[in-house]
Amino acid sequence: MTVREGRALRILVLTAVVGALVLPIMAGLFETARAAFGYLPVVGADHLSLAPWRRLADLPGLRASIILTLWTGFAATILSLFMAFALAGRVWMHSGGKRLRALALPLLAAPHAAMAIGLAFLIAPSGWIARVISPWATGWQVPPGIATVHDPGGIALILGLIVKEVPFLLLMILSVLAQIKAREQAAAARALGYSPQTVWTKILVPQIYRLIRLPVFATLAFALSVVDMALILGPTQPPTLAVAMTRWFVAADTRLLMPASAAAILLAALAMLSVALWILGERVMGALNRRRIVGGARRGWPIAVGAATGQVLLWLGTAALIALLVWSLAWRWSFPNGLPESWSVTAWMRGGWWIALKQSLFLGTVTVLVSVTLSVLWLEGETRAGLARARWASALIYLPLMVPQAAFLFGLSVAFLRGGIGAGHFAVMWGQALFVYPYVMLALSDPWHALDRRLDRTAASLGAGPWRRLFRVKLPILLRPILTAAAIGFAVSVAQYLPTLLLGAGRVTTLTTEAVTLASGSDRRVTGVFAVLLAAMPLVGFGLAFAIPALFYRNRRGLSGGRA
Amino acid sequence: MRLPLLAALSLVAAPALAAGWEDTLAAAKGQTVYWHAWGGDDRTNSFIEWASSELEAEYGVTIAQVKLSDTAEAVTRVVAEKAAGQTEGGAVDLIWINGGNFLSMKEQGLLYGPFLNELPNARYLDLTEGGAAVTDFTIPTEGYESPWRLARFVLTYDSARVTEPPHSMAELLAWSAAHPGRFTHPSVSNFMGATFLKQALVELARDPSTLASPPTEEAFSAETEPLWVWYDALRPTLWREGKAFPENESIQQQMLNDGEVDFTMAFDPAAAAAAVEKGLLPDSVRSYAPTAGSIGNISFVAIPFNAAHKEAAMVVANFLLDPEVQARAQDIRVLGSYSVLDPARLDTAETAAFAALPGSAALPSNAALGRTLPEPHPGWMTRIAEEWARRYTE
Repeated sequence: MTVREGRALRILVLTAVVGALVLPIMAGLFETARAAFGYLPVVGADHLSLAPWRRLADLPGLRASIILTLWTGFAATILSLFMAFALAGRVWMHSGGKRLRALALPLLAAPHAAMAIGLAFLIAPSGWIARVISPWATGWQVPPGIATVHDPGGIALILGLIVKEVPFLLLMILSVLAQIKAREQAAAARALGYSPQTVWTKILVPQIYRLIRLPVFATLAFALSVVDMALILGPTQPPTLAVAMTRWFVAADTRLLMPASAAAILLAALAMLSVALWILGERVMGALNRRRIVGGARRGWPIAVGAATGQVLLWLGTAALIALLVWSLAWRWSFPNGLPESWSVTAWMRGGWWIALKQSLFLGTVTVLVSVTLSVLWLEGETRAGLARARWASALIYLPLMVPQAAFLFGLSVAFLRGGIGAGHFAVMWGQALFVYPYVMLALSDPWHALDRRLDRTAASLGAGPWRRLFRVKLPILLRPILTAAAIGFAVSVAQYLPTLLLGAGRVTTLTTEAVTLASGSDRRVTGVFAVLLAAMPLVGFGLAFAIPALFYRNRRGLSGGRA
Repeated sequence: MRLPLLAALSLVAAPALAAGWEDTLAAAKGQTVYWHAWGGDDRTNSFIEWASSELEAEYGVTIAQVKLSDTAEAVTRVVAEKAAGQTEGGAVDLIWINGGNFLSMKEQGLLYGPFLNELPNARYLDLTEGGAAVTDFTIPTEGYESPWRLARFVLTYDSARVTEPPHSMAELLAWSAAHPGRFTHPSVSNFMGATFLKQALVELARDPSTLASPPTEEAFSAETEPLWVWYDALRPTLWREGKAFPENESIQQQMLNDGEVDFTMAFDPAAAAAAVEKGLLPDSVRSYAPTAGSIGNISFVAIPFNAAHKEAAMVVANFLLDPEVQARAQDIRVLGSYSVLDPARLDTAETAAFAALPGSAALPSNAALGRTLPEPHPGWMTRIAEEWARRYTE
């Protein structure tokens, strides 16, 4: 009975995931690929050819764009991973995890666009840091001619990505740390004369890494294809491939749509190649490390440096968010004054942000509701079947995180229109859910599977049916992780830039699209208002995810068995 | 606003036209116009909001501005819709457009029209063939777009830091060489950056009259050669040695405000004055055009072939041509964008409304603006931007 019901449920959820997630992505890729090979009837191109690729190859700066993309993507991912492990190691050895979490969470919650804007306010030649140390320490009466933002080497972009990815990876590491019986292993290793640092690097890091590989791949793919942050912080002449491609997609010359599609396919290929390269790198590192580990040396690499750098970057990210708030309340703030000469709430009073805020809130709520429902049903299907997740199923779920969004979004907008779904709220909602759902699954899978099975069995032995067990036992116990997953999903939805822009035909203006548009404007004060709100929204979501279970469980602390 | 009065006047003046227009007004009632317009300028955004409330009160038409960071986004949207076979109910009702985007849409049959002659207020325009109101970057508009604001290229500097601003491209090179790193222009992939190169081309070309026709290979290399010689010398003296550029003129305006550079530029003579008013530039900034004059053009609105609300879009286009609306737009406290109407076609009261508008120190006098130079054919801008990218992208 249960097994059959479980199968029906699984088939239903699988159909929903395939139909709503996989098919649109495939259709989008298909349309993009057709355009990349010369089939885009509207511009008079109706037979397959390699012309778009030749055109792409001839576009100035393509080679440099590819190199920049790989450089910024790999540098940001490797450094983020290193610093996240170093910080987590320090926490594990010396505690202080609570403070670090408190520091990391707002940075994790803040959308990339808001963080990028804040960092630009901070580190630009005319930024807050330069203002604070000028002219008394530097002698600068006017901002120095140093490229600290939009620098040709992409350092600012790498910095921005690290500030965002370190908190993400750090929290991932801290959450799996609890799964791997770290204390027991450490005690055994210590008895053999290993220092805590060596235990961390030689014994725990490899185990943790195995458990966070997917998030790491997602981080890499994301870093390679990020558009909003690269627009605000990245090199401009030439830009990264994702930005160049976006520019070609929106260029006046519609003939560029086909080479732009080719660039999108190229970007997707680069991302896949990069993940493959990364896996190869893992093998090599694994082989090297194994020799070191079995070599028995009791010294590990110095993690103090990584942890200190990571700490500085986390503070930098926090300062960036504060810079947003200060600018939103400034009236005139000339260089090199450390603080505004005059303050004003004019930028807040104008109220244009209200519509964007409502829009973000609406989209976030709807996509989260859909994604959480779908995730719970999927996981419940797994539980009832008593099966571990097959690799193909993981691949399906995380597909949207592995394929660069730009590669299928233009095609998806064409496919949606073909299917009678015009640009607007519905298309944007769907497009956002493609990214919200995998993150919700990512956040919910482990706590779900870690739930003590005996509770389920006890309830069953008392005669509760599967649905009753789900609603009366599992969901209440898992309230905290479910709300945390919802808050993560909400943050993902609020942060979406390209899907909102392309699938909404510009009609759907959220805090993110407005903030990115304003960032290329001239008024830091108004930009500050939108970016502050943008950064605050997901944080409020996390606050609720924390507060609601606390309220709900105030009399039954023992019930909050699900780990967040 | 006494718009019903104007509508009544036009009824008397041209009954046949007005009957058709009455139908348009009736059909437009209750519609929302999705106006895709560049959203980087707050004052324009506020102006559009104001227009929406006026239109709603008078005609039951509202405007939802879709704020673009680049007009081409709207063009792409219409292209995608056509690709998907969507010939009606399109997402875009009205586009703020000109130049290359207009040419591209017109050539691909993506525009609705001609509609300009159906607008009652078109009678305030100089519709003579080749006139500025019916020519967009040398391309005859043939009624497929309706003018709404006039633009002129100006340079803006901070008089607290620059005492003797350069008045020609040759002087600019000398000034920049003497003050390395203090001049720049927006990225050439941006409209304003390309316009700066175009302004230089008009001034430096051997035979500027060639620029009115589409560029041939021969003409292009002959006419642009002095430009590249000049630019090769200028580039190393620019901000960041000409290896990076501000994304657009808004960013550059902010850099002027921060003191990161000493100049910005605009395609709107009132831009600097407006920025001073908003606390975005110090009140010591001044705007001017090069002595030989500067290029200028008119911005238009156009309606895509598949627009869902064509009638309401036409009502908006007509509203924008109302003399009272044009006078309000020219007010430095509102938009400061110069009128597109033919002064000879305005009556005394309408003319007085323009005369009564206030001034500002950062607003250039007519003398400082000088002559309006004609825009080159759009083909030149495209070619220049491509050639620039080829030469200077490493």
